[in-house]
Amino acid sequence: MEIFSNILIYFVIVPLLTLLGLALCSNRGIAAVRAVAVTGATALVGLAGWLVYMFLQARGAGDTSEMILRTDVTWYAPLNIKLALGVDGVSVVMIVLSAFIVFAGVFASWKMNPLPKQFFLWFYLLSTGVFGFFISIDLFTMFMFYEVALIPMYLLIGVWGSGNKNYSAMKLTLMLMGGSAFLMLGIIGIYFHSSANGQLTMNILEIARNNAIPHDWQLWLFPLTFIGFGVLGAMFPFHTWSPDGHASAPTAVSMLHAGVLMKLGGYGCFRIAIYLMPFAANELGWIFLTLTGISIVYGAFSACVQTDLKYINAYSSVSHCGMVLFAILMFNTTAMTGAVLQMLSHGLMTALFFALIGMIYGRTHTRDIRDMGGMMQIMPYLGVGYVLAGLASLGLPGLSGFVAEMTIFVGAFEHADTFRRVLTIAATCSIVITAVYILRVVGKLLFGAVQNERHRELTDATWEERLSTATLIICVAIIGCFPNFFVNIISDSFLPIVKALTQAV
Amino acid sequence: MDYSQFLMMPQEIGLLLVFLLVFVYDTFMPSRSQRFLPYFTAILFCVFMFLSFIPPQMGDAFGGMFEANPASWMMKNMLNVGVFIVLLQAIKWSNEDFVSVRRGEFYELLLLTLFGMYLMMSARHFLLFVIGLETASLPIAALTAFEKRYYESHEAAAKYIFTAIFSSAIFMLGVSFVYGLAGSLYFNDIAAAVLGQGSSVLLVAALAFVIAGLGYKLSLVPFHQWTPDVYQGAPTAVTSYLSVISKGAAAFAFMVILVQAFGAAYAQVWQWMLYVVIILTITIGNLFAIRQRNMKRFLAYSSISQAGYIMLGVIAASTVGMASMMYYILVYIFSNLAAFGVIAAIERQSGKVTIDDYNGLFRTNPWMAFTMMLAMFSLGGIPPFAGFFSKFFIFVGAAQTGSVAIYVLVFIALVNTIISLYYYLLVVKAMFIRQDDCAIPYIDSHWTEELAMTMCVLAIVAVGLASGIYTFLSQVTDSVSHIFAHI
Repeated sequence: MEIFSNILIYFVIVPLLTLLGLALCSNRGIAAVRAVAVTGATALVGLAGWLVYMFLQARGAGDTSEMILRTDVTWYAPLNIKLALGVDGVSVVMIVLSAFIVFAGVFASWKMNPLPKQFFLWFYLLSTGVFGFFISIDLFTMFMFYEVALIPMYLLIGVWGSGNKNYSAMKLTLMLMGGSAFLMLGIIGIYFHSSANGQLTMNILEIARNNAIPHDWQLWLFPLTFIGFGVLGAMFPFHTWSPDGHASAPTAVSMLHAGVLMKLGGYGCFRIAIYLMPFAANELGWIFLTLTGISIVYGAFSACVQTDLKYINAYSSVSHCGMVLFAILMFNTTAMTGAVLQMLSHGLMTALFFALIGMIYGRTHTRDIRDMGGMMQIMPYLGVGYVLAGLASLGLPGLSGFVAEMTIFVGAFEHADTFRRVLTIAATCSIVITAVYILRVVGKLLFGAVQNERHRELTDATWEERLSTATLIICVAIIGCFPNFFVNIISDSFLPIVKALTQAV
Repeated sequence: MDYSQFLMMPQEIGLLLVFLLVFVYDTFMPSRSQRFLPYFTAILFCVFMFLSFIPPQMGDAFGGMFEANPASWMMKNMLNVGVFIVLLQAIKWSNEDFVSVRRGEFYELLLLTLFGMYLMMSARHFLLFVIGLETASLPIAALTAFEKRYYESHEAAAKYIFTAIFSSAIFMLGVSFVYGLAGSLYFNDIAAAVLGQGSSVLLVAALAFVIAGLGYKLSLVPFHQWTPDVYQGAPTAVTSYLSVISKGAAAFAFMVILVQAFGAAYAQVWQWMLYVVIILTITIGNLFAIRQRNMKRFLAYSSISQAGYIMLGVIAASTVGMASMMYYILVYIFSNLAAFGVIAAIERQSGKVTIDDYNGLFRTNPWMAFTMMLAMFSLGGIPPFAGFFSKFFIFVGAAQTGSVAIYVLVFIALVNTIISLYYYLLVVKAMFIRQDDCAIPYIDSHWTEELAMTMCVLAIVAVGLASGIYTFLSQVTDSVSHIFAHI
C-alpha cells in the first residue's frame, strides 16, 4: 500500500491508534489512560516535527510544486472521490499548531473527572478530524473530516462541561452543523461544475486548474461555502455559538476548539471558497469583508463588558478570528501570510488563556473577575502566564500577536481604495480595545487586593499544568522572535491563490 | 408452458421453500420442540440468505411479466440481511408466554410478506405487481395485531388494514386509468403507448393515484397519518420490519414503476408531484418527531422523514440516483434496526419506551447506549458512520439532474438534516448527559439480540468506509440502464 509510505496518513493513524489504545484501557484506573493519551500526543508532536523537516528538505531541494507529499488513493470510484493527501506551507504550520495544542490539552485535562477514558476517546476523535482535514485536498474527504471534528464537541461539552452546558452544547452543534449544511450544498455544486467536459473531480488542485465553474454558479456557491466555513470561523453574525460554547466547554476542549477548530474555518475559506471561486471572491468579497470588520470591532467591545473570564476570552476570539478572515479577504500575499500567522498566534495564545482560566477556575471555583483579585500573590506561575498571554494578545513585540497583526495591517493597507482603508483603520482600532480589556482583566484578577480570604490557601500550578502552559508560552515566544522561519514556510503557498484572484478579475 | 422459466426466480423459490419448511416444522413437530422454531427459522433463513448471493440467471420470464435483473437481485439480498436481523431480534420475544402459542404464524406471515415484496420488485406488469403488493400488505395487519392482550395493538391493526385497503383501491383505480389509455399493463408497453398520445388529464390523474397509493405504503406526507399509531401499537419486531423492509421494497418498486412505466412523456409531471411530496415528507416528519416522547412514535416520524430522503433518489431518475437510493436503504436498514434492537430489548425487560426513561442509560447499560448512539448518529448523517455517506450520495444523485429547483430541494433537505440532528441528539442527551437515580437497570439481553445489535454496529461503522459496496451498487444499476430508457 503506497499510502502508508506517506507520512501524512500517520497524522490520522496515530490518533486512531490512540483511540484504540484508550478503548482497551480499563474503566477504573486513570494511569493507563494518561499514559496512552500522552504517548499519542507526544507521537503527534514528533510527527509534526518530522513533517516540518521533510517539508523544508523538499523545498530546499527545489520542489516548487504547489502541494508536496502527494498521494492519491481512489476511494469511491463512481464519483471519483479520492483519499488525496498533500500539504503546502499553510497546512504544515496548521498541523504543527494542532499537534502542540493536543499535547498541551492532554496535560491540561490531567485530572479529568468523571469518566476520563471516555473524555479522551472523544478528544482524540476530535483531533483525528482536525488532522484529517489539514492533510486532505479532496473536497469530500476534507468535508468528512471536518464533520468528524464537530460532533464530539456535543458530548464533550454536554457531559464534561459546566454552567448552562446543555443549551450551549446543542446551540454549538446545531449552528456548526447548519454551517456544514451550506458547505455540503456548496461542495456538491462545485463537484458538478468541476470540469467543463471531462471527468468530474473532487480534487481541489484539479478543480483550480480546470477553473471551469461558470461565473453565475460561482456567485451562488461562493457565499454558501464561505458562510459554511465562516460559521466555524465565528464570523459575525454567525458567531453566537462561540461565547456560549467556549464558556461551557471543559478546559482542554475550549483549548482545542478555539485553538484549532476555529482555524478550520479560516483555512477552508481560502482553500476552498476563495481558491476555487476567485471570480465570485472578487465580486462578493466586500460583503464578507464588512462582516469580518464588524466581527473584529464588535468582538473586542463585547469582551470589554464581560465579567466571566471565559466569555471575555471567547469574545476576544471572535475578534481575533475575525482578523483572520479579514486578512484573507484582502487578497494579497502579505495580508494572507499575516492571516496564517494570526491563526498560529491566536491558536496558541487562546489555548494558553483557556488552559490558565481552567486552572484558575479549578482552584477558585469561580470565573467571575469581580470575585477574584490579587492572584499574582497567590499563584505567581499562573499569574505570569496570564500576563504573557495577555501581552501576546494585545500585540507586544517579541510575542506572536505583534508579528501577526503587524503583517495583516501592512498587507491590508497596501490596497489604495477608500473602502478597504477605512475598514483597516477600524480594525486597527481593535488593538486599542484589546489593550483595554486585557489590562482590565490583568489589573483586576492578578493585582490589587485579594477579594476572598479563602483564596489565600490556594496552591500554584502543579507540574503537569506547568508543562502544559510552558509548552504554549514557548511556542508563542518562538513565533514572536523568529517569525521569518514561519513566513518562509507559509508565504509561497499563497502565490497560486493570489494568481487565480488576479486572473479572474 | 416452459417450466425452465422458474429458474429465473431462484430467490422466490428459495424463500417459499424456507416458508414451507417452517410451516412443516410448526405443524408436525411435537410441542416440546416448538420453542426451537425461531432458531430453526433464523438458521434456515441465514442459509437461504447466503445462497441467494449467488447471481441467478438474468432476463425476462412469463412473457415479460417478471424480470430478473442485477438491481432487484441485490435489493432482495439487502432486504434478506435486514430480515435476518429482524428474525434474530424477534427470537426471544416470540418465545415469551403470550406470544409463543402463535409463534409459528408470526414467522410464516413474515416470510410471506417478504415473498410479496420480492414480486413487487421484480414485476414488470401491473397485475403481478398488485398481487405482490397485496401479499406484502395484508399479512402485516395480522402481524400488527399480534400482541392480542394490548388494546393498542388492535387499534394499530385496524388502522393498518383500512389504510392498506384504501391505498390499494386508489392505486388500482390509477392502474385502471392507465389500462384504459395504454391498452396494456406491461410497464414497457405503457411507456411506449403513452409516448405517442401527448398530454392527457386522465394520465395525470392516473399518475396522482399511483403516487398516492404507493405513498401510503411508504408513508409519504400527506399519506402518513397511520404510521405513528401503527408503529407504536405493533410489537416492536413488527415495527422494525415495517419501518425498514417494507419501506425499502416499496421505494425500489416505486422507482421502477415511475421511471419505466411513466418515464416517457410524464417524467416532468411526476417529478414535480414528487418534489412537493418530498418537501412535505421531510419537513413534516421532522417537525413532528421533535415533540415525541415515546421512542417508537419518535422513530415513526423519523422514518417518515427518512422516506423523504429515499425519494430523493427516485426523483433523480438516473442510475446514480438508483444506486444512491439502494445504498441509502441499506444504511437505513442497519441504522434503524440498531435503534429498534435496543428499544425492543429494553421494552421486553423493563417495559419502558419513553425517551425520559432512557435518562442515564449510559451508566447502567453502556453497550446499549453506545449502539443507540451510533444508530442516532448514522440516522442523523454524522461521519464517519454510514449515514453520512448515504446522505451525501443521495444528495449527489439528486443534484446530478442539475436544475436549480433540485438544488433548492437539496438545500431544504439539508436544512432538515439539521433539524433531525436536533432530535436525534435529544436521545443521545438523555442517555449520556442526563442523570437519573432510577435509570433502567442492567438489561440482561439475550445472545441473539446481542448478535443482531453487533451486526448492526459493525455495519454502521464499516458500510460507509468500505467503498466497495457503493461501487458495486453503481455497477449493478449501470447494468440495468434499460429501465431508464424512456427518461
